[in-house]
This record gives sequence, structure tokens and C-alpha cells, in this order.
Amino acid sequence: MLMKPISDTVISASGLGLTFETNDGPVHALSDVDLAIGKGEFVSFIGPSGCGKTTFLRVIADLEQPTFGTISVNGMTPEEARRSRAYGYVFQAAALYPWRTIERNVALPLEIMGYSREERKARIARTLDLVNLAGFEKKYPWQLSGGMQQRASIARALAFDADLLLMDEPFGALDEIVRDHLNEQLLRLWARTNKTICFVTHSIPEAVYLSTKIVVMSPRPGRVTDVIESTLPAERPLDIRETPEFLAIAARVREGLRAGHSYE
Amino acid sequence: MSAIAVPGGAIGRSGIWARASGGTAVPVLIVVLAILAVWYLAAIWLNAPWQLQIFARGEGDWTWVDFLAGTMSQDRPLLPAPHQVAVELWNSVVGQNVTSRRSLVYHAWITLSATLLGFVMGTVLGILLAVLIVHNRAMDRSLMPWIIASQTIPILAIAPMVVVVLASIGMTGLVPKALISTYLSFFPVVVGMVKGFRSPDTIQLDLMRTYHASQGQTFWKLRFPSALPYLFTSMKVGVAASLVGAIVGELPTGAAGGLGSRLLAGSYYGQTVQIWSALLMAAALSAMLILAIGTVQRIVLARTGARP
Repeated sequence: MLMKPISDTVISASGLGLTFETNDGPVHALSDVDLAIGKGEFVSFIGPSGCGKTTFLRVIADLEQPTFGTISVNGMTPEEARRSRAYGYVFQAAALYPWRTIERNVALPLEIMGYSREERKARIARTLDLVNLAGFEKKYPWQLSGGMQQRASIARALAFDADLLLMDEPFGALDEIVRDHLNEQLLRLWARTNKTICFVTHSIPEAVYLSTKIVVMSPRPGRVTDVIESTLPAERPLDIRETPEFLAIAARVREGLRAGHSYE
Repeated sequence: MSAIAVPGGAIGRSGIWARASGGTAVPVLIVVLAILAVWYLAAIWLNAPWQLQIFARGEGDWTWVDFLAGTMSQDRPLLPAPHQVAVELWNSVVGQNVTSRRSLVYHAWITLSATLLGFVMGTVLGILLAVLIVHNRAMDRSLMPWIIASQTIPILAIAPMVVVVLASIGMTGLVPKALISTYLSFFPVVVGMVKGFRSPDTIQLDLMRTYHASQGQTFWKLRFPSALPYLFTSMKVGVAASLVGAIVGELPTGAAGGLGSRLLAGSYYGQTVQIWSALLMAAALSAMLILAIGTVQRIVLARTGARP
């Protein structure tokens, strides 16, 4: 494995740990995580519930503070990165504001960040086009299907040109057919925008299909048990999932989960 | 077999009935008729002793018809019959110049102006307090118990003091009454808006944090729009409380006008018909105010994408 030069590292964590104090004693959500994520990578975090994958994403986003170790995002602390609006975050639920139309939902971060009216208009058109939602600008969220709502929330995260996209099980609540379709679109979008994507999932095929790097995690304490560099080509049609190469990587992911006692 | 024969004819016959009973008209009408029936029976029953005394003092015979008619047409009945109140309402609303002190519209306007002023002040105060409570832990802990305690004091005890104290420093008329309205109407708004401002999901608040949004931006773009449905609901409760406050505020001032003074004057002189018509006027005012808020609510929520 080639080491990437330091300037290309977007996220680097070393000895990272996070312990929640609860009434039943401390919960080790993350323990001793060392990880480097390079620019333009598509990294999936996979593991069972409680393995700390979402917590790690929230630490990157400065939504949680680590108790041990260090982490840098774009060479800054997570807080500085958040203040400089370094990332877009896509949550498990679309979290669109029901009183805003789709275009005004996408406009929300742009309004907060002080973009001009013309700039907002241009960016809304561009990002809605990117997620294939052109023509739905004036619709309210409840008028859209779950998959379309989640695409709108991705458009919202893309609208302000952050180079880093953090996605927390964005397709977890959708059915498999819609999910396949959105996975394909997400890969295409990633190829067009050249963003760095951190993607949390609990689906092995999804992780293998999307990623250039798969981080396998295990619970109690939440930790990284394996980091797999994908050998799949950049161009990935959906039926790549039946190739031996794909199945080999999936097997290694499963192996990593088993090694971390995730199946017990 | 009727089960087979019915469909064609039944649809034609039941069409109008189905349409009428599908709406709210029929249930409301039935309730109104029931209330009127009970009211008439109560009027006969309550006014009967006095009517019997009149007959006992008078000469000659009386029939049951005379008796029933008598219980419904006394000058100062214990409980006036609905039609007596209706006639009084008609005479004092339509039959008088609206600037006349004999006009119920004149008195209703005095009460309404105090109600509206107090309601606006109460709503603004309620929203401001809710903003403080939501944004400041110390305020949450220190203010909320006092706000709740304020509503445990009977308004009838506090209203005369407010009126008398304010009169002694030269404030009379509209403002003291409006302050009593404010006192009653800010409470539902505080409680509703604290809940409303706290109604956004964690995920929606996290989203604002990822944008590094300021507290003001989070308030105007997330908390306030989330709280709008709560605002209208608490305003409906608040406006009814405001009207009660204005009427209670008018009781100590006696002759100064308003539905409250009309009630008081009515009870001084035993004018029960006048009391009841003022009461009905107050109920109608309250209904109108709540309808108005409901209309604004529908318009605002429709404009903010509420599911029809």
C-alpha cells in the first residue's frame, strides 16, 4: 500500500477515543482509532450497531468531542473545520424542513453562509440537477418519495462546495431497489465532483460497491478491526456485485467483522 | 329483497341527507336545538313560582296556556326565555345607534378594544418570555415557576387592585383592563411557545450546527417556523382568556362602559334579560376572535407547505 503524501490527507486520527459517562458506568464508544483518509477517497465505515461508526463521523463533524487522542480535518481541529464549513453532512433521515420547498431547503445553508440571491439560484439549479431533482424545485418535502427526499438532502449538503461529504447511513431507511439506484447515482456524483466521502453503512454489499476504502469496525469497545483497500475498478456497473473480485472483498469484510466478534 | 332493491333508490334519496350530515351543520343544529329545549324547560321551571304569585294576587282564572306564556314574558325573570334574550339582543344591537350607550355594539367595542390590546401585549410578552426561557438555562429555572405561580392567583382578587392602583396614578379606561387581559393571555402563549421552540428534532438542530449557524439564524430559520402551529393554538386559548380579563377588568369600573359594566348594571337592577344578552354578546365576540385566528392559521400554514 502506498502512503499518501501528508498534504493529501483530509482526515487523520490517532489514538482517538470517546467515552460516554452514563448511569450504568462508562461506555467506550470509540477506542484507540488510528486512521488516515486521503483526498478524493470514498471511505465506508461498516460494523454492527454500537461499533462507533456514527460516533466517529460525528467526531469529524465536531458534533461530539473526543476524550482521548487527536484528530485533524483539513489540517485543522474539527471545530475549526466546522467553522470554516469544510464538510456537508447527510443524516440518516432527510431532515428537510417541512415548511420550505425543495429549492428553499437547498438554499438553507446558502442563506446561512451569506451567498447572494443570484449565486443561490445558480447553485440550487446546479445541485438539484446533480441529484436528478430538476423540476421539483417548488414541491414541498411531503410531496416527494423517501428516496427523492434523501436526494434533496444530499443536494443541500453539496450546495456550498465543501470538499468533504459525511454521510450517516443515508439510504438505511430506503428499500433495496431505491438504494441500488441511489448507490449508482452517488458513485456517478462522486466521480463528477471529486469530493472526499465518508459513508457509514451496515450493508456489506453497499460498502464494497461504493468504496475505495472500507473501514471495518467492532463494538465494545468501538474500534477499527480492519482497513480494506478496494481493488475494484473506478467504473462500477451494478452487476459488478456478482464478480469474484467483489465477492472476495465482501468475504474479507465479513471476516473482519467476525474477527471483531461482531456476530456474537 | 330490500337489500337488493335499495341501492338505486337509496343513493338518490340519501344524497342530500348524506351531504348535510357529512358536514358539521346537522350535528351543530341538533346541539343548538337541544340547548334551546333545555333552556325553555329551565325557564318555565325557574320562573314558575313568581308567575304563580302574580296569578295569586290577580283576579280571576288562569289557564295553563296563560301560565306558560307568563313564565316566558316576565319583566325580570329568574331565567329569561331564549326569545326574550333574542329580542333584547336585536333591540340593543340593531335598534340603537352604535354610539349610543344603550347599544350593545357600543359596549362590545369597548370590551373588544381592551381585549385586543391586552391580547397583543400578552402574545408579545409570552413570545419574549419563551425566547428567554429557551435560550437561557437560568431563565428557564428562575422564570417558569413564577409564571406558573402567577396563574394560581384568582383574577377576581387581583383585577380590582390593578384597576384601583392604576387609577390612583391617573391611568384609567383602556390600559388597566388591557393589562388584566395581558396577565391572563400571556400564560398559554409562554407555555405553548416554549414547547414550540423546543420542538425541532436533534437532527434538525445538528444540521444547523454543521452549517455553523448563529443562534439568531437557528432561531429564525428553525425554531420560529417549527413553533408556528403551537403559536396559533396558544393564541386561541389566549384570546379567550383576554376577553375574560377585559370583562373582569370592567366590573370594578362600573359605569365606564363595556360588556362587564353592562353585566354589573344588569345585576344591580335585576335586569336579567340584559345580563343574558351581554353574556351572549361576549360569547359571540369570543367565537369571532377564535374564528379569526383560525383563519389566519389556515392561511399561514397553507403558505408554509402544510399538508392539506
